[in-house]
Amino acid sequence: MTGTEMGRRTFLEIAGAAGLWLAASPLRVAAAGPEAAAAGFQPSAWLNVDPKGLVTIWVGKSEMGQGSYTGMAVLVAEELEADWKAIRVVQADANARYGRMSTGGSSSVRGSWEPLRKAGAAAREMLVSAAAARWGVDPASCSAAKGEVLHAASGRRLGFGEVALDAASLPVPEKPVLKDPRDFTLIGKAVPRLDTPPKSRGAAVFGIDVRVPGMLHAVVARPPALEGKVARFDAAKALAVPGVRKVVEVPSGVAVLADTTWAALRGREALGAVFDAGPNGALDSAAIARLLVSAPLEPAPARNEGDVEAALSSAARKLSATYTLPFLAHAAMEPLNCTARVDGNGAELWAATQSPQRARTEVATALGISEDKVTVHVTYMGGGFGRRLYPDFPVEAALVAKAAGVPVQVTWSRGDDFRGDLFRPCGRNELRAGLDARGNLVAWHHVVRSPSLSRQSSGNRSAPPGTLEGAVGFPYRAGAVRIEAAVPTVGVRIGAWRSVYSSQNAFPEESFIDELAHAAGKDPLAFRRSLLPADHPLQAVLSLAAEKSGWGKKLPKGVARGIACHSCFGSHVAEVAEVSLVKGAIRVRRVVVAVSCGTALNPDSVAQQMEGSVVYGLSAALRGEITFAKGGAEQANFPDQDPLHISEMPRVETHIVPSTAAPGGIGEPGLPPIAPAVANALFALTGKRLRSLPFKLS
Amino acid sequence: MITLMVNGTPRPVDLSPDTPLLWALRDALSLTGTKFGCGIGSCGSCTVLLDGAPVRSCQVTVAEVKGRKVTTIEGLSPDGSHPVQRAWIADEVPQCGYCQPGQIVAAAALLARKPRPTDADIDDAMDGILCRCGTYDRIRRAIHRAAKEGGR
Repeated sequence: MTGTEMGRRTFLEIAGAAGLWLAASPLRVAAAGPEAAAAGFQPSAWLNVDPKGLVTIWVGKSEMGQGSYTGMAVLVAEELEADWKAIRVVQADANARYGRMSTGGSSSVRGSWEPLRKAGAAAREMLVSAAAARWGVDPASCSAAKGEVLHAASGRRLGFGEVALDAASLPVPEKPVLKDPRDFTLIGKAVPRLDTPPKSRGAAVFGIDVRVPGMLHAVVARPPALEGKVARFDAAKALAVPGVRKVVEVPSGVAVLADTTWAALRGREALGAVFDAGPNGALDSAAIARLLVSAPLEPAPARNEGDVEAALSSAARKLSATYTLPFLAHAAMEPLNCTARVDGNGAELWAATQSPQRARTEVATALGISEDKVTVHVTYMGGGFGRRLYPDFPVEAALVAKAAGVPVQVTWSRGDDFRGDLFRPCGRNELRAGLDARGNLVAWHHVVRSPSLSRQSSGNRSAPPGTLEGAVGFPYRAGAVRIEAAVPTVGVRIGAWRSVYSSQNAFPEESFIDELAHAAGKDPLAFRRSLLPADHPLQAVLSLAAEKSGWGKKLPKGVARGIACHSCFGSHVAEVAEVSLVKGAIRVRRVVVAVSCGTALNPDSVAQQMEGSVVYGLSAALRGEITFAKGGAEQANFPDQDPLHISEMPRVETHIVPSTAAPGGIGEPGLPPIAPAVANALFALTGKRLRSLPFKLS
Repeated sequence: MITLMVNGTPRPVDLSPDTPLLWALRDALSLTGTKFGCGIGSCGSCTVLLDGAPVRSCQVTVAEVKGRKVTTIEGLSPDGSHPVQRAWIADEVPQCGYCQPGQIVAAAALLARKPRPTDADIDDAMDGILCRCGTYDRIRRAIHRAAKEGGR
């Protein structure tokens, strides 16, 4: 048995015995929670070493598929010198002691890199000191490895558990010494994910799998348009459906509670809820497109270097183009849901949430109770992609549970999940550029027209719009650069979607650069590299992607390559897509990804995130589009909004630029380059420039 | 009362006969490994085996499956050791993991029918089961691995 196999088995046994989220156990709900800590040595919020040597690590980030549980545990265990076979991971409840728990912005590893390693290192130093004191030797003559303290001179050793209680009485060092990266045994290795075995047995408990004694299953009839209201409904008809137990009204709509989700869905149909459309009831996609065009420019450009108009007027070649992007749904495979129990003592929620602390705060506010009366347990989540950052679904579940007086699981049907999304904003990008006689870029002007997440959520019309993320950092040298925003207000809910505005802005930027390369008669790779400073991190990923993809080498007839690159969330990615047409449909057959992300905490997790970002971005580029009529989304289930299938999956090859620098983000940076890489390949293949997403060939 | 035969065990459920098997499994029997994804047979997250063949459990009623053998992810093997599950672990297939029970039981049914599937066979058998995390490449790899290691 290898160490990793042993690690998995031990972990599962422990997790099962403790009734944790990670395991299948009939007690998994009742027994869960970090407050069920073992006795022993707990020098920080992050870890405990019990007298038997078992190390418990609390994870303050959500596991939505990106490998947080394993990654966070590795950071602690590496510096602790823990025995990886003797650790268990516990998902932390919402609590300030875990710092910022929000899982978004590709920030988990970046934000935890220092604090979690320091927590591990501090504990290690205390365990070493405790053992050294026991032996009466200098701590500097001792070391730690695999859950033991060693005194090399005498060959003595003590397990962490044996000195845990001694260590607990020592002061926590403020500046523990971190390991030299050359000595890492877990960081940088493809440590098998702890969540893979339970996920392969159907034993991982997602939000929708929570079962609380006495709970009912609920669905909510909600108005289709933003700010719509319930006009009327017939509770008696719903209650006549077998299995339906209660009907309650909450601010977001009308909840039907039943013995099964199915009965609740049937009850909701019977309810015949009718809505007042509200102020956005006439909104449609054509109106939204007009709002984009008519929105005024912000008073000042975010970036204004040189005189763009003068540079354009003296340019040898001038190009201009408009690129458009649709609203997108998140469509995580697990529809939104939340389980809540509310009684005189407070509220307890089980939620697949990316923002447990925000959920806790907003639930407390909605219920009118203090936050310390609200417990939010975080479950596994069946995809997040940004949607689960928002607390609407936990707040609604808490209000339904309160109104009904029973524990309840509110499940959103797929239609609810689509129509009730906070959509990736639409966008219209107007670009102009000039080339001199030798094909050098002398002017770049990019106008981003898109609604602002920060303005919608804050209600503050003068807040920085944030819509230029992924555009304002235009990396290429140009004589003059102007980048500015126009920010319409549209009456649909918008939200963060994997890579946020970089998901929008990289497409026009990297497509238009490709247009310029062709106009200049230059190779798109060479053109990019000539415009980037020599030490720019995109140089390395462009070069690596080109090398691994065989850029410039002959391809079979009917296949073409395109390249694109982008920097976001602290990492840099270049992608080369190989594209062909199969029976008139776009087929991406291979994507070579080169990524520079500092230290790759787990190279296989990096590869997974690149594969995932490519597929998520490709699904959007090929077919993703939410349209609106009468204020509501017109797409309500998967056939209307069909993601990539296995038969369409390209081979994705990930190559990582070696580095020992601090890690960059990894969950999102792989996404922005895929749409422009495919668009650029399609141009190479067909001579046709596609400037709107999703791609339409005719 | 309708008695279902789930994972080799008779399981009575007190539900209206038109209740989809999915909700009987999840809400009446607490077999939550089988997932709800779309409710209309379009995503495959709810795939279970009915007399060994994959079906969308949201599209068959408890009345229709009465007396037939239902196998869910929980019943594929007693301890997660089915060759497909072992291959899934070896290739680190899951990301969020939500669609994987459906993928795994469908893969097991494919291998039972076709012990050495081609890529085209995999496309045919697995195409309707959606994954938003991008695990398709690894699913393909793991099915080939399970086939090589005698995946039935």
